[in-house]
Amino acid sequence: MSEIERYIAPNQLDDALEALAGGPVTIVAGATDLTPQITGGKRVYKATLMNIQHIEGLNAVTKKDGKIRIGSLVTVSEIRGNPMLKKHGGILCQAANHFASEQIRNAATIGGNICNASPAGDMIIPFLVLGAAVELARWQDDRIETRSVPLDEFFTGPGRSVARDDELLTAVIFDVPPENSIGFFRKSGPRPALEISTVSIGIGGDFSDGTLKNVRVAFGAVGPTALRGKLTEAALEGKTLNQDVIQAAALAARQDVSPIDDIRATKWYRTHLIGVFTEELLNNVCQN
Amino acid sequence: MKKHAITLTVNGEERDLIVPSNRTLLDALRDDLGYTDTKYGCGTGECGACTILVDGMTTINGCLTLAATMNGKSITTAAGLARNGHLHPVQEAFIENDAIQCGFCTPGMVLKTISLLDENPRPTEAEIRHGLEGNICRCTGYTKIVEAVQDASRRITGSNVSAIGE
Repeated sequence: MSEIERYIAPNQLDDALEALAGGPVTIVAGATDLTPQITGGKRVYKATLMNIQHIEGLNAVTKKDGKIRIGSLVTVSEIRGNPMLKKHGGILCQAANHFASEQIRNAATIGGNICNASPAGDMIIPFLVLGAAVELARWQDDRIETRSVPLDEFFTGPGRSVARDDELLTAVIFDVPPENSIGFFRKSGPRPALEISTVSIGIGGDFSDGTLKNVRVAFGAVGPTALRGKLTEAALEGKTLNQDVIQAAALAARQDVSPIDDIRATKWYRTHLIGVFTEELLNNVCQN
Repeated sequence: MKKHAITLTVNGEERDLIVPSNRTLLDALRDDLGYTDTKYGCGTGECGACTILVDGMTTINGCLTLAATMNGKSITTAAGLARNGHLHPVQEAFIENDAIQCGFCTPGMVLKTISLLDENPRPTEAEIRHGLEGNICRCTGYTKIVEAVQDASRRITGSNVSAIGE
């Protein structure tokens, strides 16, 4: 156990970013991932422990100028129950509904789920399907400097991302989906609750007259990061859904993924499930 | 390890304590303040034995939460549910439906049930099972637990007792 020399809980983003710029900091909000990682010996505390829960302006969900902005401190429970998101980003609420348990949903934040960068991170999949970008802020030349990174370029490996040590994820942002958009999420594991997904999948796009356009497909727990299924997307884009197209997409999905054998499932089983779930979700789209 | 002075209101009583930065809320409640009704099960947020209510009806896992981040919060544990010598209707329903075997999961189950019935006073069986998914009973007495929640729902909706009993 390393020593925490300083604990801070800033109210202002400026103060938080200045602290990040000043040296090694462990960031904590809900602590639902941090605590098991510390007690399991996978992580050690840095010299400063910074509780970001009190920072103003990071806990709102807003819809403005064609964009939906979800602050990084918004909890999974808040997403699950948000009526605006149910209407405009239903796939987020589907994933939130099957996320861990209510006790964890009440504490776990969107920023934490993304920054933890787990290949199996359940909220990452719907955000990939929605084409979201993350906003990263840092303290530079005595002011806040922000940049936007598309979520499908954010992850670099298990637990790793392009976020710098002095950057804080402040929001997730995506375009308000059009009226005819659809989105479906599915995950699998040995237990309905509190499982770390064996595989997870999300499919979304604009759907009219039986045809899918602007398709986005995302897979979890089948590679070093959550990933976009580019071959599956190509197999579906602009196509009228029928059983031939669905079978071709399921085949493409198996080629999109590169899972490993681990304690939760074999590579073979994960690849098989991805095909089955792709077929199942596309049948859901047809029945929508 | 750096230590901090924090104040928690536990079961209506204001308590000041000094905690190291890495102390979990569960350890602070059990070992510093003596609320041993809140149980340590898995320590990783999977079993729900450490479930507590924060600032009203929000359930969280005490084992995952850092005590320092809870400064100023109001916490309810199972020991704080009885009023004027009478158990909470959810506690009575668990007893009368034999929903307790070894009892280790019971404080967490009762608190989760109170929060569930506050949000949804007349849940279906499926809603009860989904609501309690974060609480594990290793005696596997789930059928009786579900029956107890259904009975508690009838008691609370029938008698206008507010879910927290005040």
